[in-house]
Amino acid sequence: MTNETLSLYANLGVYSAMVVFTIAMIAFAIDLAGAAPPVSSKADQPHKEPALVGAGDTVSSPVSPVPDDASDLPRRRKAAGIAMMLTRLGGLLLIAAAAMRGLSVQRPPLGNMFEFALVGCMFVVVIFVSISLRRDIRWLGLFVIGPVLLTLGLAITVFYTDASELLPSLKSVWLVIHVTVATFSVALFTIAFSVTILHLVKTWLEGLEGQDGQDAAGMSRIRIIVNTALPPARSLDRTAYGIHVVAFPLWTFTLIAGAIWAEQAWGHYWNWDPKEVWTFVIWVVYAAYLHARATTGWSARSANYLALAGYGCILVNYMVVNVFFVGQHSYSGM
Amino acid sequence: MTDSRMDTRPDESDVTQPTLGPVGMLRWAWRQLTSMRTALFLLLLLAIGAVPGSIWPQRNIDAGRVADYLAHHRSTGPWLDRLGFFDVYSSPWFAAIYLLLFVSLVGCVVPRSRIHWRAMRAQPPRAPVRLERLPEHGQIEVDGAPEDVLQIARDVLRGRTFLSGHSLGSQWRLRSEGLSLSAESGYMRETGNLVFHSALIVVIVAVAVGHLFGWRGDRILVTGKSFSNTISAYDTFDPGPWVDTEGLSPFTVALDKLDVSFEEQAGGAQRGAARDFTAYTRTQASPQARQVSQILKVNGPLKFGGASLFLLGNGYAPVITVRDAKGQVLMHEATPFLPQDANYRSVGAIKVSAASPKQLGFFGFFLPSEYLDKDAGPSSFFPDLKNPALALGAYEGELYPQGRPQSVYTLSTEKMTQLRNAKGEPLRLLLKPGQTAELPDGRGSITFDSVQRWAGLSVRYDPGKVLALGGAVTALAGLIASLMIRRRRVFVRVRGEGRRTVVSIGGLAKGEDPGLRGTIEDLLRTIAERTGTRV
Repeated sequence: MTNETLSLYANLGVYSAMVVFTIAMIAFAIDLAGAAPPVSSKADQPHKEPALVGAGDTVSSPVSPVPDDASDLPRRRKAAGIAMMLTRLGGLLLIAAAAMRGLSVQRPPLGNMFEFALVGCMFVVVIFVSISLRRDIRWLGLFVIGPVLLTLGLAITVFYTDASELLPSLKSVWLVIHVTVATFSVALFTIAFSVTILHLVKTWLEGLEGQDGQDAAGMSRIRIIVNTALPPARSLDRTAYGIHVVAFPLWTFTLIAGAIWAEQAWGHYWNWDPKEVWTFVIWVVYAAYLHARATTGWSARSANYLALAGYGCILVNYMVVNVFFVGQHSYSGM
Repeated sequence: MTDSRMDTRPDESDVTQPTLGPVGMLRWAWRQLTSMRTALFLLLLLAIGAVPGSIWPQRNIDAGRVADYLAHHRSTGPWLDRLGFFDVYSSPWFAAIYLLLFVSLVGCVVPRSRIHWRAMRAQPPRAPVRLERLPEHGQIEVDGAPEDVLQIARDVLRGRTFLSGHSLGSQWRLRSEGLSLSAESGYMRETGNLVFHSALIVVIVAVAVGHLFGWRGDRILVTGKSFSNTISAYDTFDPGPWVDTEGLSPFTVALDKLDVSFEEQAGGAQRGAARDFTAYTRTQASPQARQVSQILKVNGPLKFGGASLFLLGNGYAPVITVRDAKGQVLMHEATPFLPQDANYRSVGAIKVSAASPKQLGFFGFFLPSEYLDKDAGPSSFFPDLKNPALALGAYEGELYPQGRPQSVYTLSTEKMTQLRNAKGEPLRLLLKPGQTAELPDGRGSITFDSVQRWAGLSVRYDPGKVLALGGAVTALAGLIASLMIRRRRVFVRVRGEGRRTVVSIGGLAKGEDPGLRGTIEDLLRTIAERTGTRV
């Protein structure tokens, strides 16, 4: 039943995607490093600045850019362009890998930890690329591709499971419905998590800027880079909230679909199985986050800590519950 | 404390702090309980409270593991037990959290519904004097008289013209006054919010209904046997408090065959994993009804009215014959053994109450693929029948001391002694199908005839589940509405400027609303188009 060659090609696809994402990540990092305006007090700055943007960057104007004007001109972001191209390529490789993995066992690739991680990463990249078609979110690239790379690395080494058939209880259309939506919403929560962390960092930096005796000049170079590279805290917060608002109903759907399936497979829609408990806990924590956003007296920052806690629960649900807790959802394949 | 005293003006009561009477205290407590802050706190408490149930084994799921845990943790175990950590979801403290949350939910939904009901029937407020002070504002000069332009704006808002950034189904409620127009939309946001919370109450009620009127029965059924839906036919029967146990629907199920298959190809942890279970059954909805052949699978339960029959487990039942010294059959039946690990090393007991002068009992393992492990003794290397064997110890004495009820899978040996072989060692039997072993000192013989499979069947009846599903789906719809629809107000004012008209539009929204600007721009553009103005 299992096509070994295809599953080997799938693994090859994952490895290639990892190489592509590594280069993309470096390119995103170079792009962010070039975000800060050059410091005029340093003599060697005019030489350094073009090098950061990209060696092949040709300036059409014969007049060399004056440091004061540089901030007014839109920065040419060649590295970011390369990074986005590579991200799309890596995304295609992941889609191919997931498809081949599925074909090798003639079922949706949603049966064990390795496959959840693979499909989850695929969704993260697809969502990131889709949003990037409508809005400029190149600043987020590093913080999305980094976690994706880490997860893929874990998936192919620690979580790796040989391609094989499913347990009887998993053979159901609800596998596709329930697990696909679960993975998709986890992918959304992952992106929202990155944006939320950036929001907290940015709030902190903006707070520093506002403090008396410390202006932009008093900040270290790295802080200036981060501060200029990221959108304003308010906009980060809005983005994070927007993604959470989409992810939460999807998670609710996951919960309901899971209950329907549990009713068919195990005879009752709710059994307080560890996986169910944690899915419920995640739902409650994110519900608390949404309530906190609507409660006067709760700052966006404290609400955002709840969102981070919610993501912590997602990690527990995936990595701890699947592997260590005894329950009916023991499908890690480990 | 009464309302009239609360309304007392400061100049009458001076600086005296109002004291809270019992009614006031109650009102204060109610306000606290139903406040958003408390709801938030209770939500987080619910999340934290649910966690221990996933860490420690739970009695309602696996009582055996709880007993095991208590045996291994003699100091902490009893304390955890006293605190309800092995019955988290039926413990008083967990109930306290969700009951408080339930009250808080009701206390939030009822007054908000009343307010929303009034808000939906109220008119939008009058347009403010300075529209340019609103968060979003736009202005345009168009051809036509002010009255006509205002009428166009009214038509655009009243008709279902699509405006960019404005949710579909979010109609505008209008109010006209002179040369200005107020429009409000997004009432569905609060409606969705209330529907979501009310539907959660429905789900909780449905869970309670299922608990009170639902029941479950479990039965291990050996192939070739049948059972009917009565309490006595079940190995375990767990009815809700308000179940009429006499009125169960009288269906019967006969198990003809059980097909199983296990993973043989993949290696590692996947090897031996279950791949397919199919039970071939003949069922009768009632004694008068026709017999129907039906296939029961893991994800495909059989339905009998409101009750459903699930295939939840399987195992082996060796067919054993015990004879006395004269060759008379004392017992001949398939005895189910319970699997203990992934390779179906199964335990069970064979009780021969007909043996005399002393009753005989056998206790031990059934091994579908037998091999001898150095440490664990007889073990199984695969869940399917590759090398079936029975490894038994034999006892004689009293099987049921004082007639106490006991598990059919274990032997109570307190009133029994182990049989020994000629050398005086405890007797150990290892039988393959077809083999017979003679028991020492003319006690007769035991024969392992063949192996049959059994199916672990579970019948569940939950009258609340449809309501729970309906509630959950409604909650989801309400949730989406409450998160996606925006509550916004838009004001239009027109002013004649010679033969042309200046249209000024201002908008404001409740909370963040990045799409409002687009909506206003689109509205201005549409008005310009309808008046025939070139922009």
